[in-house]
Amino acid sequence: MHFTYNVEGGNFTRAGYASSEIKKILKQLNVDLAIIKRTVVASYEAEVNIVAHAYSGTIFVDITPETILIKFVDEGPGIPDIAMAMKEGFSTATSKVREMGFGAGMGLPNIRKNVDNMNITSEVGKGTVLELTMYLQ
Amino acid sequence: MAEKYFHHALKFRREVCIGCSHCMNVCPTQAIRIHSGKAELTDNRCVDCGKCYMACPVGAIIVEQDDFSQIFMYRHRIALIPGVLLGQFPGKVTNMQIYSVLLDMGFTEVEEVEKGTGILRMAMDSYLQENHHLKPLISSFCPAIVRLIQVRFPSLTENIMLLKAPLDVTATYIRKKYAEMGVDPKEVGIYYITPCAAKIAAVKSPVGDKFSQIDGVINMDVIFNKVYTAMKQGFAGKNQCSLPVSAPLKPFQQLWTLTEGEASLFPGRSLAIDEISNVIEFLEKLENEETCDINFLELRACDQSCAGGILASGNRFFTVERLRKTAIETAAKEDTKVVEASNDILNHTQHLLQNMAVSKVLPRAMDKLDEDMKMAMLKMQMVREIMKTLPYVDCGLCGAPTCRALAQDIVQGKAKITNCIFIQKKYEQKNWLNPQETMDILKQVWGDDKFTDPDNTKFVTL
Ligand SMILES: Nc1ncnc2c1ncn2[C@@H]1O[C@H](COP(=O)(O)OP(=O)(O)O)[C@@H](O)[C@H]1O
Ligand code: SF4
Ligand code: SF4
Ligand SMILES: [Mg+2]
Repeated sequence: MHFTYNVEGGNFTRAGYASSEIKKILKQLNVDLAIIKRTVVASYEAEVNIVAHAYSGTIFVDITPETILIKFVDEGPGIPDIAMAMKEGFSTATSKVREMGFGAGMGLPNIRKNVDNMNITSEVGKGTVLELTMYLQ
Repeated sequence: MAEKYFHHALKFRREVCIGCSHCMNVCPTQAIRIHSGKAELTDNRCVDCGKCYMACPVGAIIVEQDDFSQIFMYRHRIALIPGVLLGQFPGKVTNMQIYSVLLDMGFTEVEEVEKGTGILRMAMDSYLQENHHLKPLISSFCPAIVRLIQVRFPSLTENIMLLKAPLDVTATYIRKKYAEMGVDPKEVGIYYITPCAAKIAAVKSPVGDKFSQIDGVINMDVIFNKVYTAMKQGFAGKNQCSLPVSAPLKPFQQLWTLTEGEASLFPGRSLAIDEISNVIEFLEKLENEETCDINFLELRACDQSCAGGILASGNRFFTVERLRKTAIETAAKEDTKVVEASNDILNHTQHLLQNMAVSKVLPRAMDKLDEDMKMAMLKMQMVREIMKTLPYVDCGLCGAPTCRALAQDIVQGKAKITNCIFIQKKYEQKNWLNPQETMDILKQVWGDDKFTDPDNTKFVTL
């Protein structure tokens, strides 16, 4: 099953909307509660990253009885050093973003901790693609 | 899914129901549908919040209570009263007068529910410290909230504090006290005067506890009426009662059941949220977050917490104001004079702390379309297809609260797409249905009465 959501850069009021929708879907599909929790936490962080760091993005969700695949594709500045970005506490978030309670530099590390598989590619000046996989069996 | 998880204190009286759907539209868990002109409840979705009870214009929803005369089966008859009962009446009514009315009714002793909160507070304090990894910890105080979390936010059940509610702590104390006096436990009857339906349901089928310490419940509005009547008669002969004077509750105990009553007591960040839609909104958000630096959540289903309980007759804002005022007065007195009266409950601190735990609260997820994921996916696909044809108006004329709820009912085999009046119109245009057939469908949902002609005087006589 496929679902698609658009994410608007800079609009923190709606940040988390897509992840909430994904959560509702997984609940209806009777996915294991622990897997729902891990998926939603990861998806929320990735969604917020688009809002906080990119200009706009799209979330593609693909669910089969075996896997949940969520792909975050954004147009934005890209990540020059992915290894660095993955480090706990590393953040380029502006003070304005921090004031809103985001930007502790724990997003990407938490995503990695919660998902079964994570793949991130980025092109500076163009954008970032983050793919998350959860195995259901 | 047919297994019944919960006992419900709210009963729908079919013979009184006029099928107006007011209840369906306010239910936060979408537990109500209209069929044959009557409201029908899906038991496992209902959390006993009482919103439907408040919305029903004809009193078709009632709150069950135990037969009062039952109390006389016991030699010792204890009325366990919540603080909000004392806040129902204007300042000139004294606690003594309220107690007298209860004794006149046949009770032999009156205890305040919040008596056990001093010891509960200690237990909560250590629980919060010991279970830091599970934060935010959610208070188990409001049974409607516990059930809401079970059915709608199952992944948060592990955050619920596994401690007794004040009611059960105090009841445990009373039982211990009588046991020590050498009284046969069978001769002790504890009756709880309840401000809401959720607490009744919790007494009748406790979540996370095997059995309840309470023998029966009496709705607070019944007592309110008795006291009010006595007040109007000037409390003739009801100005003294022979109750032993026990230590007055501390201000924090007097305020426990109000909003902020618990949240204000614990170190670290705490949040108090009242009214069930506010709670739902907050929990939706909480579920998305990996970490949360809030230690403690006090969540209550009613606006103004128990002061706004559905069986509270007095205005909830006045109740809050009165209780806060009393607490301030008590605080002032505490400073000036030493309380002489006995505070017996403290002698049982160890026993109560040892019996404070309740067992695990289990998730009871109700959102799933099917147990089997493949089947659930198929059904979800069908819901999506159906949603493309429905108007998103959520008019409720199909007998379901929203278009999406109808779509889900359809895939579960509980409703037909032709229940939607927009679809009916479209089908009529295509000659797939004739006017008689659409009328029959409407009658299946709303009953025949609503379509009979003007000499029907039902509404006028209501
Ligand atoms: N979608 C993205 N586009 C551009 N940069 C990103 C994106 N996601 C993450 N980053 C970069 O990686 C850093 C670390 O991300 P993260 O761990 O989520 O921490 P935070 O978002 O709190 O800064 C960010 O500060 C940012 O520089
Ligand atoms: S008590 Fe609350 S949850 Fe139950 S049917 Fe009424 S409104 Fe719905
Ligand atoms: S609100 Fe209307 S439909 Fe619901 S129980 Fe009362 S009369 Fe029946
Ligand atoms: Mg981030």
